[in-house]
Amino acid sequence: MSGAVLVVLEHDRGTIAPAALEALTAGRALAAQLGTTLEALTVGSNGDSLVADAESFGADVIHQAHHALLTDYNPEAWGEVVAQMITATQPAVVLATGTDRGNEVLAQAAARCDSAFVANCLTFEPGQPGGTFGVTRVRWGGSLIERATVAGTGTGTGTGTATGTGTGTGTGTGTGTKLLTIAHHAVDASPAANPGAGTATVFEARLDPSVARTMIVARVERPAGVTLATAPVVVGGGRGVGSADGFAPLQSLADLLGGVVGCSRAVTNLGWRNHTDQVGQTGTRIAPDIYIACGISGAIQHWVGAMASKKILAINTDPQANMVTKSDYAVIGDLHQVIPAITAEIERRRAT
Amino acid sequence: MRILVCVKRVPAPGSRISITADGLAVDTAFLGFTTSPHEECAVEAAVQLVEAHGGSATVLTLGPAEAEEQLRYAASVGVSNAVLLATDGADWDPQRTAAAITAAITAIEDRDGVFDLILFGNESADSGGFQVGVRVARHLDRPIVNGIKGISIADGIATLERPTDAGQEVYELTMPAVAGVKEGINLPRYPTLKGRLASKKVQIAIIEPSAKPGGQVLVRLEPPAELTTSTTMLGNGPDAAAAVVDLLEELGVLR
Repeated sequence: MSGAVLVVLEHDRGTIAPAALEALTAGRALAAQLGTTLEALTVGSNGDSLVADAESFGADVIHQAHHALLTDYNPEAWGEVVAQMITATQPAVVLATGTDRGNEVLAQAAARCDSAFVANCLTFEPGQPGGTFGVTRVRWGGSLIERATVAGTGTGTGTGTATGTGTGTGTGTGTGTKLLTIAHHAVDASPAANPGAGTATVFEARLDPSVARTMIVARVERPAGVTLATAPVVVGGGRGVGSADGFAPLQSLADLLGGVVGCSRAVTNLGWRNHTDQVGQTGTRIAPDIYIACGISGAIQHWVGAMASKKILAINTDPQANMVTKSDYAVIGDLHQVIPAITAEIERRRAT
Repeated sequence: MRILVCVKRVPAPGSRISITADGLAVDTAFLGFTTSPHEECAVEAAVQLVEAHGGSATVLTLGPAEAEEQLRYAASVGVSNAVLLATDGADWDPQRTAAAITAAITAIEDRDGVFDLILFGNESADSGGFQVGVRVARHLDRPIVNGIKGISIADGIATLERPTDAGQEVYELTMPAVAGVKEGINLPRYPTLKGRLASKKVQIAIIEPSAKPGGQVLVRLEPPAELTTSTTMLGNGPDAAAAVVDLLEELGVLR
């Protein structure tokens, strides 16, 4: 039997990241495909609290990495722990969350192992002809899918040869551990049907004191409340809003619905809204019950940040706008007339 | 203060991406090019730090000869030195890219002195590998933290701010150090006419990069499955309000 599928469980001082449950779900399917076991790794003793989650999602073994320096997130220390786990347990695959932290930790681990690392995978095809390991992954924030092969640790270099158009072709042939992250929202988290009792085992990491150099030295906690990333309703505005003041009716509608206001990159660049309100590939990825996109053309940059919304309603004067043709629902018209009418209708129904 | 910022030339795709017939690249026949967004902000951060602390900023890219356009753009907003690692247009994998950039940085530093701070974009807009900066920092044995939206420098320490869902994390890296920057750290300035003229005179140092391919190999690019097949029209203008509110009730968001 080949080595295990080892899932690195992202957590923040003992609170598991939702994406880690998706990674366990994807890891369990991959382990079944490979005919091997699902194992999990928690970093730091405050991650010991994740054992129950790991068990219910089907982890057979939970490695708990302990060290005095592992009191909080630290990209170099976490990457070093993952690299040491690879050496110690020789997993077939290390799978982490396709999030800022997950991608950062696996990049650190891959740099230490001098092996490939493929970020934001969607699917896995381990048994390719010639023994290569295939994946599909996200490009352009999800606007394009890349089919790739990945080499493992050890002998891991590709046999790429540049062709006339200058794009490498070839296959990754490394036989060791494959380092991968699973794109956020690529799979829905689902617990194992018949989970067994996992075996928790402490892994004493050996860390050089120098890894303390990327330790968090202070935190500013955000006041509790709805954020763009977690809001059930987002009312977004684009260039069509016309001005910074033009966002007032969007704000009123968002307030009525217990939601928040978002915006496109064009709006941020015009200085109408702060970047913290920006929905998009380089802004915030949103996943509300409904996204109401007003006066937004729907460039790729914006669309990939909005596409995880459960439903999208576009309000636009242009019926051919990308945002309109890709949306579930649309209203054709001037947002400055349509939104106040919606607000008035909500207030009218609430009054009766 | 010596600052290096590494950027990538990427297509500006608008609302649609087409793939070449061989499936190996984005069809850029009708596309303009730009600096990857996080890196455009990294350039602005480098320029602001030099304005505040003195010294000089250098911009470096690995890409085709045409990437000179992105180097000149950085020069037009205040970067004084430019380095091009000229490829034949091939999309280099992350390991290979990092090895070539590391070699170039080492050569430049041997001649001109160490960069106090090296800035990367958190990830590129096109291939999104999330790793080149980390690999370069590791090769150079310098600390790196990604996801940075705030940088201040004092007494040889770079204080970095990283927003998260829970709030904000603060890191203090002893320089020389490396940071992966995200859009939102600043609002990049537009070049002035004077800046544009000055950028034409900046000498671009051209290095022929050499590094062996890594273990991630592109097989082909494919369009994603379309999620929505049809759009339900709720009406035109303010008359559509009732239908919209019916929908909000149906979705249970009207409480």
